[in-house]
Amino acid sequence: MAGQRTLVDKIWDDHVVAEDAGAPSVLAIDLHLVHEVTSPQAFTGLRRRGLGVRHPERTVATADHSVPTTPRNLPILDELAAAQVAQLETNCHEFGIPLHGLGSPSQGIVHVIGPQLGLTQPGMTIVCGDSHTSTHGAFGALAFGIGTSEVEMVLATQCLLQRRPKTYEVRVDGRLAPGVSAKDVILALLAKIGIGGGTGHVFEYRGSAIEALSMEQRMTVCNMSIEGGARAGLVAPDDTTFEYLAGRTHAPHGAAWDAAVARWRELPTDDGATFDRSVTIDASALEPMVTYGTNPGMGLPITARVPDPAAASDDARRRGLEQALTYMDLQPGQPLLGQKVDVVFIGSCTNGRISDLRLAAAALKGRRVADGVRLLVVPGSDEVKREAEREGLHEIFRAAGADWREAGCSMCIAMNGDQLSPGQYAVSTSNRNFEGRQGKGGRTFLASPLTAAASAVAGAIADPRLLPGIETLAAVGGR
Amino acid sequence: MAEPFVSFASRVIPLPAENVDTDQIVPARYLKITDKAGLADALFRDWRFEADGARKDPAFVLDRPEMAGRRILLAGDNFGCGSSREHAPWALVAWGIQAVITTSCADIFRGNALKNGLLPIVVDPERHRQLFELVAQNADVELAVDLAEQVVHLPGDEDLPFDVDPFSKLMLLKGTDELGYLLGKASAIDAWEQGHPARIDTRGNPGTSA
Repeated sequence: MAGQRTLVDKIWDDHVVAEDAGAPSVLAIDLHLVHEVTSPQAFTGLRRRGLGVRHPERTVATADHSVPTTPRNLPILDELAAAQVAQLETNCHEFGIPLHGLGSPSQGIVHVIGPQLGLTQPGMTIVCGDSHTSTHGAFGALAFGIGTSEVEMVLATQCLLQRRPKTYEVRVDGRLAPGVSAKDVILALLAKIGIGGGTGHVFEYRGSAIEALSMEQRMTVCNMSIEGGARAGLVAPDDTTFEYLAGRTHAPHGAAWDAAVARWRELPTDDGATFDRSVTIDASALEPMVTYGTNPGMGLPITARVPDPAAASDDARRRGLEQALTYMDLQPGQPLLGQKVDVVFIGSCTNGRISDLRLAAAALKGRRVADGVRLLVVPGSDEVKREAEREGLHEIFRAAGADWREAGCSMCIAMNGDQLSPGQYAVSTSNRNFEGRQGKGGRTFLASPLTAAASAVAGAIADPRLLPGIETLAAVGGR
Repeated sequence: MAEPFVSFASRVIPLPAENVDTDQIVPARYLKITDKAGLADALFRDWRFEADGARKDPAFVLDRPEMAGRRILLAGDNFGCGSSREHAPWALVAWGIQAVITTSCADIFRGNALKNGLLPIVVDPERHRQLFELVAQNADVELAVDLAEQVVHLPGDEDLPFDVDPFSKLMLLKGTDELGYLLGKASAIDAWEQGHPARIDTRGNPGTSA
C-alpha cells in the first residue's frame, strides 16, 4: 500500500474485518440508522432465519418518511403508514433497538438527528437504508445508503460486503458571494458532472470554500452526493467539526474526547495522496442555482434560460431533455426567473436544519407570501422545531403566511400526505426533482432556502441576491 | 433468498430512456408496505397510468400486449439512479424481469438487483446502440443470457460478452445470499471486534471510548 492515503482509504482500512480472494471485503459498520420504510422486510428476514440483532447498541431508529407533519396529538390517518410506524415500534422493542419515535423529543429525519445527537462522528462507517446517508460524510465519516437486504445483513452481523470504492476529488476554492450557499455549490457540481457522473466513486469535497462552510452547510453538500451517483461524499474533519460535536449527547466526553480528537486529526487525506478522478469548481463564480428539469443534474444559474433540446450533444440527451421539458411544461429559451410557482417547500434532510430555517426566516421577516402561494416550512427534527420556536422563527413564518409543521421528510418524498397536486409548480429545498417525486404530476424546482424564501414572496422563481440587505442576511445561518 | 440463476432466452422490452430513477420504477407512495406484496402493480406506475387511474394511451411499453412474458429490459444509461429502495428490483422481479441491459447502473440499484436474482448487464455505448437497432428492426428478436459464460447470445453467431462481479456471479448461480456468507465469517467478526472497541453506544449514555 502506498504511504499516502486519502480520508476514504484510512476509514476503509480501519474497518476491514476479512478479505477472501475474489470476494468483497467484510467491512465493519460502526453505526446503523434505521427508519420505518426500508426496514420492515429486513426484520421479517431475521425472524425467518431465527437471527437476532448483533449490536442493538450500535443501531438507532426513528420514524420520519411516512409520518404526518400535522400536530402530534392527531392520529396517523393513513392506515398503511400507521401500520408501518407501529411495525417499527414493534421491531425496535423486540430487538432492543433505541427508537426516537413519533412523540419523542429527539424524533426527526434520520440524517438530521444522527448529527444532532452526536452519534455521527469522524472516521466512522455509517449506513442506513436511505440514499441520503451520504449526509453524514460531512463529519469525515464513510456513510452510504444501502438496500433492505443489506439492512438485514448489518442487523445480523454489524458488517457488510463491499468493494473498495474509487475516489473522486471535488475541489471548491474561492469565496461564495452573498446569497449563494452550500445548496448552490452542490447543484453546480451536479450540473457540471451530471446525475451519473460520480457512479462507482466516493466524493471528497476539499478546498477553501468547503473549509469555510459550517457543519450544517457541509451536510447540505454531502447530502446530495448521491444525486451525482456517488454513494458517499466526505469532508475532512477539522476544528469546525470538533466544535459542532463537542458536548453533544453521544459525543465522547473528558479524556475520551481528547483521545478522539487526536485520532480524528489523523484522518484528513495525506499530502501527495491521489484520487481516481478530480473536478474543480470556482466558488466565487457561482450564482444561485435552480433546476429546470426532472433530475438534479438539470440545474442552471438562476439568471439562465431553459436549454433547447435541439442543441443537445446526442439523441439520448435530446430525448431526455424533451421529456423533461414536456413534463415540466417549460419552453426552450424561457428565463427561469419569473416562472410562476404554486408551492414552496422548505425542509428535508438537505435543508431542514436550524441554520436553513434562520436564513429562510431572515428573508421572510416583515414580508408576506404571494397570494395563491402555499409555503410549507417543515423542521428536520423536533429539536430543530423547538430551537426555531425558542428563536421566534415560527412567528416570522406564520406572519408571512407560511404553514409551520411538525418534523419529518414531508413533501420531499410525499409519502405522508404533504404533496403537490398534478401540474403544480414548487420551489423546493429538498434533493430530488424526479417526475412525481413531490406528488404525482407535480413539478419541482430545486433551490436553496434563500431562493425558496425569495420565490415564496415573489410567487415566482426569484433571485435571492435582490433581497434587501442580502449581505447581512446571508450571514444569519450560524453553526 | 433467490432461486439459482439459470440461463434463459427472451424477447426484449425496449425502454430507451436515460437516468430512469427508482421513483419512476416504484413511486414512493407504494413504499408504505411492510412486506413485498403488490409491487408488480406498482412497477412504473406513473408511466403506465394517468392521474385518474386510466391506462395511458398509447400504452407504456410494459403494457403492450406483445411485451407480456418478456424477461429482458433494454434501458438507457444510468438505470436505477436515486433512492436506495430495494422495492425497485423487487418490483422488476415480481413483474418477471430477470436482466436489465444498459450502459451503466447506479451503484445502490446494482447491488440491490444482484441480491434479488436480477442481473444488470452493462455494455459499451456502441453495442448498446446496436442492440436498440436490432430490436427496432425486429421487435421479436430473442436474446439468450448465459451468466455462467458471461455472454448474451445474439441471433446468428454473434456473442456479446459482459463483465460481472465474480462473487455476485457465484451467489447468483448458487442462489445463495451474502448474509449466509457473512454469517460464516462470525469468528473473524468476533476477533475484529475484540481489537476494536465500539465507537458509540446508541442506548443513552455518552460514548466514553475513543
